[in-house]
Amino acid sequence: MRARPPTFTKFREVQAELEKNGAALFRDAEGVESLIIHYPYTINYIHSYAEDSPFFLGLAEGRLRGSKCRRPKCGFVYATPRSHCMVCGAPTEWIDLPTSGRTHSWTTCHFGSEAFLKETPYNLALVEFEGVGSLLLVRLKEAVESDLYVGMPVEARFDPNPKYSMTDIWFVPKK
Amino acid sequence: MPARPKKTSKSRTARRPAPRAERTVTPVSKGRKVYMVTGGVTKFAKAHPSMDFRLMVKRAYDYALKGIPNLTSDRIDGTRISYFSDHFTRQLKAASMVQDYLGMNPKGSVRIEWGGATGGECFQAAYEAVASGRMDVCLGAGFETMSRVATWKGNEFIALASDTNFDFPLGGFYTGYYALMVVRHIYEYLRLGKFADVKDEREAQRLAIAEGCRIMSMVSVKNHMNALHNPYAQYPKRLTVNDVLNSEMISYPLTREQICTMSDGAAVVVLCDEARAKEFTDKPVRVIGVGTGTDTMRLADRPFGKVPLMPNEKARDYEDLPYPGVHSFRAGRAAGREAYKMAGITRPNSELDFIELHDAYASSEIQTYEDLGLCRYGEGYGFVERGDPFLKGIDYGFPTSRAGEIPVNPSGGLIACGHPVGATGLMQGVFAFWQLQGTIAKHFGDPALQLPNARRGAIHSHAGTGSAVTVSVLERGFK
Repeated sequence: MRARPPTFTKFREVQAELEKNGAALFRDAEGVESLIIHYPYTINYIHSYAEDSPFFLGLAEGRLRGSKCRRPKCGFVYATPRSHCMVCGAPTEWIDLPTSGRTHSWTTCHFGSEAFLKETPYNLALVEFEGVGSLLLVRLKEAVESDLYVGMPVEARFDPNPKYSMTDIWFVPKK
Repeated sequence: MPARPKKTSKSRTARRPAPRAERTVTPVSKGRKVYMVTGGVTKFAKAHPSMDFRLMVKRAYDYALKGIPNLTSDRIDGTRISYFSDHFTRQLKAASMVQDYLGMNPKGSVRIEWGGATGGECFQAAYEAVASGRMDVCLGAGFETMSRVATWKGNEFIALASDTNFDFPLGGFYTGYYALMVVRHIYEYLRLGKFADVKDEREAQRLAIAEGCRIMSMVSVKNHMNALHNPYAQYPKRLTVNDVLNSEMISYPLTREQICTMSDGAAVVVLCDEARAKEFTDKPVRVIGVGTGTDTMRLADRPFGKVPLMPNEKARDYEDLPYPGVHSFRAGRAAGREAYKMAGITRPNSELDFIELHDAYASSEIQTYEDLGLCRYGEGYGFVERGDPFLKGIDYGFPTSRAGEIPVNPSGGLIACGHPVGATGLMQGVFAFWQLQGTIAKHFGDPALQLPNARRGAIHSHAGTGSAVTVSVLERGFK
């Protein structure tokens, strides 16, 4: 036997009660009562980077790698790598990208997904590189919102303790 | 091939003097004629804890069928059911549970999912079922139950609809992605436009962003204030431009009031062939055009090419514009072009009476005006300032001299109505349907949002950063 959980008419109060005791009743404007519980869900995926693997291995070695279409007539260069060319379908090869470029666009996130809330505020930037046909999305550090502008010269930094993640690289304003 | 429509311009009421232009090209027929005969929507709310997704859909469905005595559930040949995220439901194959809750077994169904455009795709899936002749009557039903997790966890679920190798781990935040897009849009069209003469680069960009934000805020004011007359809306409110600008900064330069929220809600539409439409209602609405488009999942992969032109544009308009880059939605342009071609529309801003547009962000509403050819690329900010997308007869607190030219989001859009993803595109279909039927007053209990003599409208549904877009054009199917 378990006593009926407490009843609330505000959804926020339900959420607070769930944090404490895991169950609550919600009564709506028509007097209908609904039982609400916490229902946890966690999982560790066995995630393969598959054909993107060389990029992340590269970051861990302090290398920024893009890809270039192998078909000479195409030769499209991608800053965010892909193993086959989106323009012509041919396989690509790995190339080293320049480690400095310019911000194509930027933002400062004052909120984020739950997983990243504790890191706010953080800057995101799409970086363009000379002679490269596509962009790279990165974190931009050592700069605050009021420093940032489109076309700002930036350069790469690599995490000395890499975690095989996009956060193993970030950019800073070019000194 | 259907005959070229021979309709004469009817005179407008005093409220709306300019007659709508007639279509000038022959519509492209694709399959059987398809009509919408009814629809229903639950009120969109932060949370509906007393209804799960099945009951929400049932409520919208019962509302839809209530008005049509001949349309009983046995007349429905099958369904298309949409919801965006299994993470939110934590119930896979939830559409099966909707199907049985509505008593539709053993009729055919399939679940539709396409990110933020899920509802718009469901509408078109139902269209296709009828146009192809596979069904005579198809129910399109959609829902989302986003209240089941805290807001920032919900943002995480949504951001999982971005590349989880390259984009999500950086902060996984859709508002951030749209902020990246609007900062570039402002750069292309305000920094290099109105502020082209400012010498100091950083000063020019700050001025351009301030100007862009002011104009985006006018869109937010419009949608929130339109919704004051829509009882289904989640966040109707009277706001000023300063209220919007001064609301909490979420991802620079986007503030809280420029962003739609998470919602619980459901919506349904019933589409059918011509014979059934005439039997069910004397006020059917015909679906005269459908279009879809896509773009790369990652913003970083968007090309810098040429603009696919609308019939009323010239290549020389855009000689120096790298397109779409991250400033515009190529998928929206593709969807618009396809839908307009099928509907025989060449001048959308004069041949459509209104658009229910996927304004997940005030910024993306402005970007979409341009994609859909309501104005040229680069003219979106001026389009707002001149007042074209505003409603006549509502005082927004600033001048809107051309109000009523082509009202966008007369219902209040996503920003004010809410965005229960799988229902949103269908909600637009229902609001557009009522608008074209002339039954807004009946369903809203308030005539303020009824456009006089609305004959043709479009609905526009959009998935993350414009990775997929649908446009459907609806036209009044009765005299």
